[in-house]
Amino acid sequence: MALLVVTLTWGLIRIAPGTFYDSEKRLPPAIEANIKKKYGLDKPWYTQYFMMLGNVTCRTMAADETTLNGVQFSLGSTRVKCFDFGDSLKYEGQSVNEIIRRHLPYSATIGIIAYILALIVGGGAGLFAALRQNSIYDYGSMALAMLGLSVPNFVLGPILVLVFALGLYWVPAARWGGVLNLILPVITLSAIYAAYIARLTRAGMLEVMRSDYIRTARAKGLNETSVLLKHAIRGGIIPVVSFTGPALAALLAGTVVVERIFSIPGLGNIFIQSVLNRDEPLTLGIVAFLSVLVMLLNLIVDISYGFLDPRIRYE
Amino acid sequence: MLKELSCPKCGAPVTLESERQQIVVCKFCAAPSVVDFGDREHPRLTIEESGVIDTAAAVSGTSLWGDAWKRLLKNKLAVFGLVVLAVMALLVTIGPPIFTAITGLTADYIPDDGALLKSFPPSLQHPMGTDEAGRDIFARVLQGGRISIAVGIISTIVSLIVGVSYGAVAGYMGGSIDNVMMRIVDIIYAIPYILIVIVLLSVFGGPNTQVLIAWLPSIVAGTIVGVAALLAAFWIYRRVFGEMLARSIGEKAIRLVSGIALAVGVFLLIGAATSVIGETGLGASLAERYSDRVNLGLSQIFLLFFALGLVSWLTMARVVRGQILSLKNQEFVTAAKATGVSTPAIIFRHLVPNALGPVIVYATLTVPSVMLSEAFLSYLGLGVQAPYASWGSLAADGVKNIAIFPWQLIFPGVTMALTLFSLNFLGDGLRDALDPQTRKF
Repeated sequence: MALLVVTLTWGLIRIAPGTFYDSEKRLPPAIEANIKKKYGLDKPWYTQYFMMLGNVTCRTMAADETTLNGVQFSLGSTRVKCFDFGDSLKYEGQSVNEIIRRHLPYSATIGIIAYILALIVGGGAGLFAALRQNSIYDYGSMALAMLGLSVPNFVLGPILVLVFALGLYWVPAARWGGVLNLILPVITLSAIYAAYIARLTRAGMLEVMRSDYIRTARAKGLNETSVLLKHAIRGGIIPVVSFTGPALAALLAGTVVVERIFSIPGLGNIFIQSVLNRDEPLTLGIVAFLSVLVMLLNLIVDISYGFLDPRIRYE
Repeated sequence: MLKELSCPKCGAPVTLESERQQIVVCKFCAAPSVVDFGDREHPRLTIEESGVIDTAAAVSGTSLWGDAWKRLLKNKLAVFGLVVLAVMALLVTIGPPIFTAITGLTADYIPDDGALLKSFPPSLQHPMGTDEAGRDIFARVLQGGRISIAVGIISTIVSLIVGVSYGAVAGYMGGSIDNVMMRIVDIIYAIPYILIVIVLLSVFGGPNTQVLIAWLPSIVAGTIVGVAALLAAFWIYRRVFGEMLARSIGEKAIRLVSGIALAVGVFLLIGAATSVIGETGLGASLAERYSDRVNLGLSQIFLLFFALGLVSWLTMARVVRGQILSLKNQEFVTAAKATGVSTPAIIFRHLVPNALGPVIVYATLTVPSVMLSEAFLSYLGLGVQAPYASWGSLAADGVKNIAIFPWQLIFPGVTMALTLFSLNFLGDGLRDALDPQTRKF
């Protein structure tokens, strides 16, 4: 499946006119030929495709080959190398894996904190709204959630900067640094997920609170707290869990915007740069890496259904 | 005869014990209503005049859609959304020419006065101020609304057509076909589509749209040739070998194998035919002939329709499939089958119209999400490009100057947020109205 994505991306980049070298100043033909040879660009497209595929997955290494890229191990006398996306065209001498490793922590930090914040704020608001249904809190938090869904994050971000960084001087406006630098990007990124999660939690909890097993639990004489914490939340949270899959994909898009607003050197920024620069190995590497990441997380989500709701079983 | 009546105060049903009863006390709110019917020979009041509503009469004569419409009108937020959207639609359709007629300003009018500072705050002449180049923001917001709304609606229609047909076929066919089709959806779902869209738009966007134009006739022609060749091959195969194979390996295996062969074949043949037609120079000559007539800004927008529609049909397909699964075992489908209606006709004439409620709801909620994606792409510089504008690209332009000229962000941003807000409320209201069983209490 990840191979499908890689193939699709590779195909798209290839069909497009122009290559990385078009934007640079004209090189003497001999040098250009040499560079093309180094990256294997002189071979027909199907050879290039299989070379790419071999590097991206696994291939045996030539006896005299020395490279530090990818994962290497020995099978008997043959050496095997995996997950090698090669060197970036733009940042010479740096391998794609290295670039990903260097920039991922920024994006991951923001993404994870933002998702946790969204879970806490959204889940709390949704729970509260469901328990005090049709009260002023309910309408208030749902209206706020709707607002969160309707304001694009690239509008929200600059407004937050304007108010809290340039107006009140509470937090820095941009760049990477201490904990204070994290506050605005995380809020910007998490707003829309908090809104979604609040709505999902509210709907899920309302449905669960009317179900038979909650009535049974109450009839057994359990107090309201343990009905809520032990029984209701497990059922009510399922829509939120199934939202995690789409949320992860959207979180990627969100980080691209947030990193741009706050000038954070994360993976999203690098990805946009690489696409615009026609830095083929880097684009491919990031797409493949993120696809695998999202797919793995989706798998974890699917497995966790079974633990949350015993009614869902896999044959 | 006892009549079902409703209380004039709270609307709860009130039962008349007899036709002579004069005072009825509502059991619900304890409001008494005086009902004086008089004698049969000397009628004093008809039921209407008594102020008691005859619910039986009111209910007869409403359709499902009428009911839904009434429920929708009771939802104040949904009505608010509907009104805002109607006003917005009116503004963007007839607004620009009227505004131009009144002020003489168009969306891309750049004043040629040599002034260094061209950004002016809102004034009587420019209700929303002007942007960096001195263009009137109100005119641009009206113009941009056309594109934003068009992107939202057209991409949703693309996703409707693809998603509804796909989901309906998968749901109705069931079995292994359903399995394969829905697994494909699952796979595409797991792909971080936004990355693909970014690559697609940046690779084919801007001046490179030319290439797409060169490829388009090849792809279309290739598809037609490929499908035609395949259908012919398939027909021959069924005629010549069908019976022989059926005897040896069974009907089901044939269907499975031919299905896979069909899919692979379509893919290969389309590719082959495309490249053949591309190589012969037909595509290139077409591109050359039309390239100067093609408007680059507009083709970028069409690419946007395509890219966004392409990724938003997945949920639609799932929704429709779920509906069809619950509908397909009902009697009217059996009746249609019994009278010899063909499978496509059953799917599209009988099943799809019955699944329309959730489809409309979901389509209403797709529009704002597509508009958000468009804004996001425009912000990255991959979406709508100058001289065209959308609310997203206007807001993105405004973001750059937010500290100095805040109105350049605020007006497009607020307009867009208001529209999305209304669409979301309308979608929620429609869900409650059309699908009362799943309403959120």
